Amino acid sequence: MNIRFATVQTPKEIRAVYQETLNELIESNSSILVMDADLAGASGVAKVFKNHPDRCINMGISEANMVSAAAGMSLTGKIPFIHTFAPFATRRVFDQLYMSGVYQRANLKIYGSDPGFWAAHNGGTHTSMEDLAMTRALPNITIFAPSDATQFKWCMKEAAAIDGVVYIRATRKVLPDIYDPSSEFETGKAIVVAPGSDIVIYAIGEMVNEALNVRTSLATRGISVEVVDCFSVKPLDEALIRSEAVGKKLIVTAENHNKINGLGCAVAHALSEVGNLAKQLTIAVDDRFGEVGTTDYLMDKFELTSRQIEEKILRIM
Amino acid sequence: METEKIKRFADLIRLETAKMLSKRGFGHLGGSFSIVETLAVLYGQVMKIDPKNPAWPDRDWFVLSKGHAGPALYATLALKGYVPLSMLDTLNENGTLMPSHPDRLKTPGVDVTTGSLGQGISLATGVAMSFKLDKKPNRVFAIVGDGEANEGQVWEAFQFAAHQKLSNLLVFIDENHKQLDGLTKDIMNPFDLVMKMEAFGFACLRVKGNDVDAIYEAIRQLDSIDDQAKCIVLDTVKGQGDEYFENLFDNHHIRFSGDSKDALTSLIQRLSEKVESEGRQ
Ligand SMILES: Cc1ncc(C[n+]2csc(CCOP(=O)(O)OP(=O)(O)O)c2C)c(N)n1
Ligand SMILES: [Mg+2]
Repeated sequence: MNIRFATVQTPKEIRAVYQETLNELIESNSSILVMDADLAGASGVAKVFKNHPDRCINMGISEANMVSAAAGMSLTGKIPFIHTFAPFATRRVFDQLYMSGVYQRANLKIYGSDPGFWAAHNGGTHTSMEDLAMTRALPNITIFAPSDATQFKWCMKEAAAIDGVVYIRATRKVLPDIYDPSSEFETGKAIVVAPGSDIVIYAIGEMVNEALNVRTSLATRGISVEVVDCFSVKPLDEALIRSEAVGKKLIVTAENHNKINGLGCAVAHALSEVGNLAKQLTIAVDDRFGEVGTTDYLMDKFELTSRQIEEKILRIM
Repeated sequence: METEKIKRFADLIRLETAKMLSKRGFGHLGGSFSIVETLAVLYGQVMKIDPKNPAWPDRDWFVLSKGHAGPALYATLALKGYVPLSMLDTLNENGTLMPSHPDRLKTPGVDVTTGSLGQGISLATGVAMSFKLDKKPNRVFAIVGDGEANEGQVWEAFQFAAHQKLSNLLVFIDENHKQLDGLTKDIMNPFDLVMKMEAFGFACLRVKGNDVDAIYEAIRQLDSIDDQAKCIVLDTVKGQGDEYFENLFDNHHIRFSGDSKDALTSLIQRLSEKVESEGRQ
């Protein structure tokens, strides 16, 4: 692991990074294939399809078939990257992920896009707040929830190198830069993004940036907040989670996902074997459905903004 | 059928749909426009409904399996009086009761929630099967997208409907020849949908989906069949009813700007004038 933090902001759309990284992977590894389920325009891979028609397959609106067919291809040595929206990449195809995927150790890479509030105007039917809950319960799977473009790119390259099913959950849109592009991460290793002594916030994905905002704001009240990026949701860095919780006055988790069986539960489980710890505050979606709206509106509705997180922390402290 | 009345209803549905999309600045224009004439025939002539009583137990049901065409359904429901026309302005607004995809718990007149493609048609078969078990005369009308028919679940539903001889269900497949990423023949070739439906055990007709008379005639022709599942393949154009949008290749979901914004504005103007002058006659 070799982490450097971003010193300048040059944020890119994650879908542009998806496209650019697939081009690089295709050119460096002849086993890589790209598949999409009639969302190639949406995921940005339409351009990869144009450049590498022999390495790309549009599976049409057939997510279940895509997962199993991609898994079948992987049994003969191919490394397929498949994409659809997060709900269709997980809950719509869950038995396919299980039987065709992890159960027979297929070598499948899945990008589930626009989880949680990112579904925006696609609304409740397209909102996934349970994809981590479902995938976390599968043996033989690696789950990444990257927090910026650099980490997303690293996750894709790592996914190509891992032999097994990898699920990457991320927006298609822009995330603020947290890491310098030269950063190297490690599967199963969380990152202390910013130190602090009173509170620790374990966060994933877009919520890492919210946690950093909370940190800045609470500093003005003399409260010192540590922020940890738990992008490797499975395997989770339980050792680091335990060590950073010790001595804190409050333990917080933050995720754009249902409070049930997401990061909050994973952290609580990791900490359950350690005694004498502070209370845990779970910042997550309160077991409800999504709806249409702008991402800002939905973030607020799901109580995931840094302002709302701060208020909840102050109420407990 | 009073052809002129239904044609005018179709113009109004297309106009209100265009206004909603224009207000919001983006939306699923292509697939909304291609079902306008079918909605006009169903809601204007065929379906047994009571807009003042959306939950009327004796009503016919409608399932928009290709849920992303919600705006066209909302326009139809508002014009029929299920909801005030002013509600159309709230399409996809924060906190709206008219989300992209129809939601039975939000909008009066929406019978079934859809949006995840493939499931609406299965829900429709369930509703129809239930009426059949109860020996009730209610009918169920469902519209499936030609891209949506990529989903295996759609064919499981067709298999079930045919096997159970659900003659109280009328399936429309909106064959507008495009899905999200392009032409259906390039993405996932549907081959001959009428032959496929017949092979599945359906009585199936193909009609021009912009011709209200032809749609109505096909429905009447299938009416007499009571021992078979039925399907009408609508031969349509994505973006149907406006030259600019019919010719715009990527017309699935449009963010209106520049030419497309101008085209939408002039469509609204043209249709407004048309329905106004017809109204005066
Ligand atoms: C299960 C599922 N997968 C993907 C999508 C995203 N999506 C929405 S519309 C669409 C294309 C639909 O094509 P078609 O059924 O032909 O509709 P139309 O041409 O009438 O707009 C896609 C892929 C979805 N809504 N549901
Ligand atoms: Mg279509």
